[in-house]
Amino acid sequence: MAEEKANVIAQFYNEEGVASGPALSLPVDVNQEHLALLLNSLLGTEEDPLPYTFEIAETEIVNTLDQDIIQSGKHSTEETFKIIYRPQAVFRVRAVTRCSSSLTGHTDAILCVQFSPCGTMLASGGGDTTVRIWDLNTETPQHQLKGHTHWVQHVSWSPNGKYLASAGMDGLVIVWDPKTGKQHATLKGHQKWVSALAWEPLHLNSACRRLASSSSDGTVRVWDVVKKQLEFSMAQHTAPVMCVKWAGDGLIYSASRDKTIKVWASTGPHPGKLVKVLSGHAHWVTTLALSTDGVLRTGANDHTGKMYKDEAEAQKRALQRYEQAIALNPERLCSGSDDFTMYLWPNKKEEGAEGKKAAPKRMVGHQKTVNHVSFSPDGRYIASASFDKSVKIWDSRDGKFIASLRGHVAEVYQVVWSSDSRMLLSCSKDSTIKLWDIKTKKMKMELPGHLDEVFTVDWSPSGDKAASGSKDKTLKIWKY
Amino acid sequence: MPQNEYIEESIKRHGRRLDFAERKRKREAREAHKSSQFAQKVTGLRAKMYNKKRHSEKIQMKKTIKQHEEKNAKQKDAEAVPEGAVPGYLLDREGQQRAKVLSNMIKQKRKEKAGKWNVPLPKVRGIAEDEMFKVLRSGKTKAKSWKRMVTKATFVGDGFTRKPPKYERFIRPSALRYKKAHVTHPELKATFCLPIIGVKKNPQSPLYTQLGVLTKGTVIEVNVSELGLVTTGGKVVWGKYAQITNNPELDGCVNALLLV
Repeated sequence: MAEEKANVIAQFYNEEGVASGPALSLPVDVNQEHLALLLNSLLGTEEDPLPYTFEIAETEIVNTLDQDIIQSGKHSTEETFKIIYRPQAVFRVRAVTRCSSSLTGHTDAILCVQFSPCGTMLASGGGDTTVRIWDLNTETPQHQLKGHTHWVQHVSWSPNGKYLASAGMDGLVIVWDPKTGKQHATLKGHQKWVSALAWEPLHLNSACRRLASSSSDGTVRVWDVVKKQLEFSMAQHTAPVMCVKWAGDGLIYSASRDKTIKVWASTGPHPGKLVKVLSGHAHWVTTLALSTDGVLRTGANDHTGKMYKDEAEAQKRALQRYEQAIALNPERLCSGSDDFTMYLWPNKKEEGAEGKKAAPKRMVGHQKTVNHVSFSPDGRYIASASFDKSVKIWDSRDGKFIASLRGHVAEVYQVVWSSDSRMLLSCSKDSTIKLWDIKTKKMKMELPGHLDEVFTVDWSPSGDKAASGSKDKTLKIWKY
Repeated sequence: MPQNEYIEESIKRHGRRLDFAERKRKREAREAHKSSQFAQKVTGLRAKMYNKKRHSEKIQMKKTIKQHEEKNAKQKDAEAVPEGAVPGYLLDREGQQRAKVLSNMIKQKRKEKAGKWNVPLPKVRGIAEDEMFKVLRSGKTKAKSWKRMVTKATFVGDGFTRKPPKYERFIRPSALRYKKAHVTHPELKATFCLPIIGVKKNPQSPLYTQLGVLTKGTVIEVNVSELGLVTTGGKVVWGKYAQITNNPELDGCVNALLLV
């Protein structure tokens, strides 16, 4: 018997478990490209082939079927293989490898950076009470926005890119016009410092009028930035609210140090009504992530870089993108806490399907506080950054642990995904940023250069640049 | 009626009596008692007048005290932004040591190249050889005197074994050996008991460096891996230099200041 010519019987299944095409006889040395070619011809997409990943019993085929599946000893060539395929992003983001510039200007630590949804502008806020907007083509400062009187903790671009909101320790939320660098509105009302901001998704409101802010005084307030006034306020948390998210179905999620996550309605006859309380965490809930975060943040901007004529068209495109995303992976919420665990909360659909209340998935494994969680833009994976120096990858469908990424020598502060979900950036107290490859689950690149703790990192939605802000008062732009 | 300023004139001519200052002090000390006695005794209209006068005096006194206090107290600037900004996720967390990344390596290397140390103790007292060493006499008749005993604190590495007596020129007494130092971090303002790795330089002489003598001003290398400091490359710093700030042979411990 010549082993190198051995064949196996295999059949393709999509993620829902529906078979695509008949069972096939495949040579064992078939690799990922061969399978992709075959699948594209089976599905009739040879003209415009899509990239896929393939798995057999939760083992991904990275090299060949023989090496990855059969030689592991768990499967024999006798059985019929069930190959599950998953579509990947049609574009590829190149790994950032070098620092293209160090931008100085802030006179104290930089606490937050964020790219605009179209990826052409960058905003940063810091301990020197200013918000700065940087021009990414020339990598020079564009506007210096003065208005806060205390550290700026959060900056957030509206999904249509027309506004930039910043929030700080002084309890103010200031909305800026990024084109001119002028103040658009100052929203006063919070008694204590504001921890996070969330814009209403573009597909719900084409003008991006509403903005939610969570504060240490235990309230979540929703503002109208056109009328420049408070729309409604939600005050049922008994401890500081640390994070707020505005989901695509119109619900607002807020995580608080009173160990609960509260869900609020933003529309309907009673906006601001408490819909549900999600409890389960045993300590402060510090961070939230939605599986649609990537889509909601970018709104209508996709990888093609197309511009839209008017708001209605952009809204249509945003809705289309949102529906595509939830068709692939329904909108889910994941929360990270100081009790070292994460919870994956069941969504409406899952709760209805099982008739009774579906239990949330508890994700354990971290040995210290989970500081930041983030869904990959395609909604397939969850990455979590923890003070135990590791980044962990989890499956977003069932909350199963996939891999632990070790390499940092101090607390990991934040993680951010590339827009094609193939790579991950993490920033740490050890003054480095590390780039991880999801396919191999290994470190791809180490990006040293900062002189002190790196507090924040962001990867441009267009994928060509990443930015990081550090305690050493510099902002670095990373490129491929 | 007095004619002219004869008192002042007299003081000018002859000076004051010799115990003037003392008498004045005593009179002033007695003043409080006297006025109190008067206040207790006085009745009627005089009391009324006296109390009114005293009342206004007291108000004036309190005002003056308050003014002085305001002048002395540091005014808090309402507009000032506190130093050391941290992101929201690090706020209100206790027990966080926020050590700065101390050095960047290039800076330290440049310093090393120039051979210059910007150290907290730039000058040290010279120590003569007869203070440093005690001469030990050896031989049958104690006629030979080539052996020396170090009278200062020393650091002796882990793998050290003494030479046979015939070849051992310098004895480092085990009672004066130190393995750990109390190292103060100048920015954290905290002190840690850290293991000594080696003696980098004893400013007195290269011989003392070789012998590992710990005197005031000696630069030692300490193991700072416990502090969790990192380099810009993201590696944990293992050894850092520190300068000894006390006289270990007199104090019985080694105190040092980390060089940043």
